[in-house]
Amino acid sequence: MKVLIPTPLRSYTGERLVPAEGATLAEVLADLDERYPGIRFRVIDEQDRMRPHMRFFVNGRAVHDLSVPLTEVDEVVIVQALSGG
Amino acid sequence: MPNKSDPTVSPSTLILVATRKGAWFVHGDATRSRWRLEGPHFLGHIVNHLVLDPRDGRNLLAAVSTGHLGPTVFRSTDLGASWKEAARPPAFAKSPDGQGRAVDHTFWLTPGHPSEPDCWYAGTSPQGLFRSEDGGDTWAPFSSINDDPDYRRWMGTVQDGTPDGPKLHSIIVDPRDPAHLYFAMSGGGVHESRDGGRTFKPLLKGLEVVEGFDVADPTFHDPHCIRLSPANPDRLYQQNHCGLYRLDRPDDNWVRIGNTMPGEVGDIGFPMVVHPRDADRVWVFPMDGQTVWPRTSPDGKPAVYGTRDGGDSWQRLDAGLPSEQAWWTVKRQAMTADAHDPVGLYFGTTSGELWMSADEGGAWTCIARHLPEIYAVEVAQPAETPGR
Repeated sequence: MKVLIPTPLRSYTGERLVPAEGATLAEVLADLDERYPGIRFRVIDEQDRMRPHMRFFVNGRAVHDLSVPLTEVDEVVIVQALSGG
Repeated sequence: MPNKSDPTVSPSTLILVATRKGAWFVHGDATRSRWRLEGPHFLGHIVNHLVLDPRDGRNLLAAVSTGHLGPTVFRSTDLGASWKEAARPPAFAKSPDGQGRAVDHTFWLTPGHPSEPDCWYAGTSPQGLFRSEDGGDTWAPFSSINDDPDYRRWMGTVQDGTPDGPKLHSIIVDPRDPAHLYFAMSGGGVHESRDGGRTFKPLLKGLEVVEGFDVADPTFHDPHCIRLSPANPDRLYQQNHCGLYRLDRPDDNWVRIGNTMPGEVGDIGFPMVVHPRDADRVWVFPMDGQTVWPRTSPDGKPAVYGTRDGGDSWQRLDAGLPSEQAWWTVKRQAMTADAHDPVGLYFGTTSGELWMSADEGGAWTCIARHLPEIYAVEVAQPAETPGR
C-alpha cells in the first residue's frame, strides 16, 4: 500500500508517497521504520501510543488504534495537526 | 576546560545557541570583538540543548523536538555541516499496561567523565535520567530512579511541573570521580550518587521551600540550576525557586547566599555561572519572582549580579544593558562563560538577543538579535580540522 507522509517527516522519506507493507497499522509503521529508521518514534511514543497531534487516516477515516486491520488497497495518511505559533 | 596551550584547540570562540525555533552558531574571533552568526540549523524545531563534547571537540549533540513530532537527539561530527539522528533516543521503559511515561522532550545534555569518553547523560521532561555509552547514538534509562517508587512520588505528575513540563536538569559529573554524580529536578530536589548512579539520595539540607510545605519532602524542592566549581569541585552553587545557595562538601548543608542581594531585586532567577578558575566568583541573572511571578527582569531593568567572595556580597553588572523597559529574562541553560582570561560571559534572552561581556561582566554588548526565544547558550571549543 501507499502511505502519504506529511512534510515534517519527509526528511526521513524524501517522498510524499511511499510504499509500505503490513496487515495492521502497527505493522505498516514498523515497516516504515525499517525503511526509514527513526520515523516511527516521531509519531508513536515508547508506550505504543499515538503522539498528541499526530493523526492517522485510513481511506479518509480517522483511526485511533494501531491494531486496525489493513489491506493492500487501503490508503494510509499521516497528518500533523498543526496549531499554535 | 580547554587547555589554551593545546595546539589542537582553536583560539576562536564558538557559541552554540539553542532556541524555540532552531539553533545557531555564533563565531567569534580571537579578540571576541567580531561575531558572525551561522544558521539556522533545524529551523522550526525546538532545540532545548546543544552541546559540543569538550573531551574531543568534535561530537556535537542536539536535543530536538517539535511541537508535534516526538523527541530525538541529533549528532554531528563536522560542526553541523551534517547531522545524523540517534538510533535510539531517550525513551522510558515500556510499561506492560501501556500506561507508562513517554519522554516529551530531552531537556539537558551532559558529557560524561573524561575516563568514559563515549558516555553522555541526558535529563528529560517528564523527569527522567538517561545515559548513552556510544557518543549519543543509543540511549537507555539510567539508574533506578526513573521507576523507583520514592523518586516517582517526588517527581510528581505533569500537573506538578512548569507549564511546559517538569525537567530533570543540572546533571553534574565530579571531574575527580566518574562515580560521583549530581542531578536536579525542577520539581523534586537535588540528588547525589557516589556509586556511579546505582543509587541516589536527596541533598536538601538547608534549602527552603515555599511557605506551608514540608521542607523534608523532596517533592516540594524546586532547584532551577546547580553548578559545580571547576576550580574547586567540592563547591556547588544553586539557584533555587527559593533563593541562592552554596554548598561546600563534604558538608551537606546548603547555605543561603542570596540574602545579601538588594531587597528590591531579590535572589530569584534561573541561570547561574561559576568562574572557571576562581571558586568564589559567580554570576546570576535575577528575575521578578513576586506576586504572580512575572519572570521578567526586575522593574524592567535587566542586570547580571556577580560575587567575588562566594556570595557574601554582590555587585550589579549592567553597563551596556537597557536601563529601562526591557522585560526579558534568561532561562536556566541560557547563560555561560568561556575559559579565556579575562573570562567572557554570555547570555541569551527570552526575546532572542545574545549578549556578551569580554571583561567578566564589566560591560555588555549585544552580539545577535532577532532570534527566536533562546533556551540554551553554551561555549564550544572545536578541535582544529585541517583545512577549516
